[in-house]
Amino acid sequence: MADASYPEDLLYHPEHDWVRIDGDTATFGITWFAQDALGEVVFFDPPEVGTSVTKDESYAEVESVKAVSDVIAPLSGEIVEVNTGLGDRPEVINDDPYGEGWMVKVKLSDPGETDALLDQAAYASTLS
Amino acid sequence: MAVPSSEALRQTPLHDRHAEAGAKLVPFAGWEMPVQYGGVREEHLAVREACGIFDVSHMGEIETSGPEALRVLQRLLSNDVGGVAVGGAQYSVLCRDDGGVLDDLFTYRLGPDRYLTVTNAANHEKDLAWFRDHAGGFDADVQDAHDRYAMMAVQGPRAREIVQAISDAPLPLRMTAATRLLAGREALVCGTGYTGEDGVELLCSPADAGPLWDELLRRGAAPAGLGARDTLRLEVCFHLYGNDLMEERGPIEAGLGWCSKEDTGFIGSDAVRAARQAGPTEKLVPFTLTGPGIARQGNAIAGGGEVTSGTLSPSLGIGIGMAYLPAGRSEAGTEFEIDVRGKPRGAVVASKPLYRKEHDG
Repeated sequence: MADASYPEDLLYHPEHDWVRIDGDTATFGITWFAQDALGEVVFFDPPEVGTSVTKDESYAEVESVKAVSDVIAPLSGEIVEVNTGLGDRPEVINDDPYGEGWMVKVKLSDPGETDALLDQAAYASTLS
Repeated sequence: MAVPSSEALRQTPLHDRHAEAGAKLVPFAGWEMPVQYGGVREEHLAVREACGIFDVSHMGEIETSGPEALRVLQRLLSNDVGGVAVGGAQYSVLCRDDGGVLDDLFTYRLGPDRYLTVTNAANHEKDLAWFRDHAGGFDADVQDAHDRYAMMAVQGPRAREIVQAISDAPLPLRMTAATRLLAGREALVCGTGYTGEDGVELLCSPADAGPLWDELLRRGAAPAGLGARDTLRLEVCFHLYGNDLMEERGPIEAGLGWCSKEDTGFIGSDAVRAARQAGPTEKLVPFTLTGPGIARQGNAIAGGGEVTSGTLSPSLGIGIGMAYLPAGRSEAGTEFEIDVRGKPRGAVVASKPLYRKEHDG
């Protein structure tokens, strides 16, 4: 498992999701803190491309051996791509939560929502 | 069982060692217990392939002694306690009058008139009260022995070799128990466990638990948490009280007719006999998922029934579990559908155990 880290170039949702903005699309995933709290991820049930996601609402489920957790959408929009690689190798969510462990790409419906997200310092301060 | 946050959690004599080892400690039945050290999967496989050691000191002990100890236990426990020789061990359930299961228990016969029964942590106080309520009128003494013992389970294909190396005499065989000196410390060594692997369980004084734990780790036992204990027992279809066993269901429905000997006249035996004769309306069965997903306790089954235990099997790599199904649909091979949080997941009734060592055939 990777060491604790919270990259500075990402935005964060208090429910332990990260967002990488690229124009009007964004990539979502869960933070190091979230994967550590879950333990070894053994199953990721992705949503389908074309599904709408709503900020602060669950869009997927991630499971460890012991428990299932909702994954909360940090922003609203429509899913344009899902990380199908997680089907066979969900453990990369633990190994590389900000890289290979990304979950979905979303075309944002309201880019202004990003104002409500936290930067790295603000998110990290919620964890201490 | 939910524990009010204001209530202090109890700690086992090994608590500091777990904390130092970086274990993830969680509330469990009023105790602060290690759910995992490194990871559930790794600990699970260590037990299947070599040797793991579990702190199960949260489990309770009740000592029943005296000239009528056997009569008391024969009245309380579902199995035929009279058939247990000195040094023997036996699994049974504790039933209410209506046959509902109060707990599942291992009982060790320590002497001609002395028995030790191991309880589930969440049920210990309830069991103790039940024992005491029903021992009145018998020439027998029921004692809470929980504070006298720490308990460890050493499990896996290498477990016996590791414990044998520090024992003053050969270890007791499977389903028997004997007192031994382990690294110079007295322990009741029991040829039992709940993982489907060979191994032993050790009951010792709380003061000796730390040094014994350290010695066994030094000799190659890997610490394993309650997370792995749960996946290990589920792979071999051992019941977990509070999941697969409950007061609302009896031993026949739970597939525990083999340890229910109604002719002994135990409390609840009339109801159990009736359930056996009539045939249960539902049965606890093991299952595997036929596709992706992981079923969990409480998931409903299309057409009736519910999942009582579910996880991803670390050994098999697929979703497994146990569920109560209507008796007519409980045959091995029967396909059914589980509502996993709104998603239908295909499953099939399997045979016990779900996991079997390859060389066992």
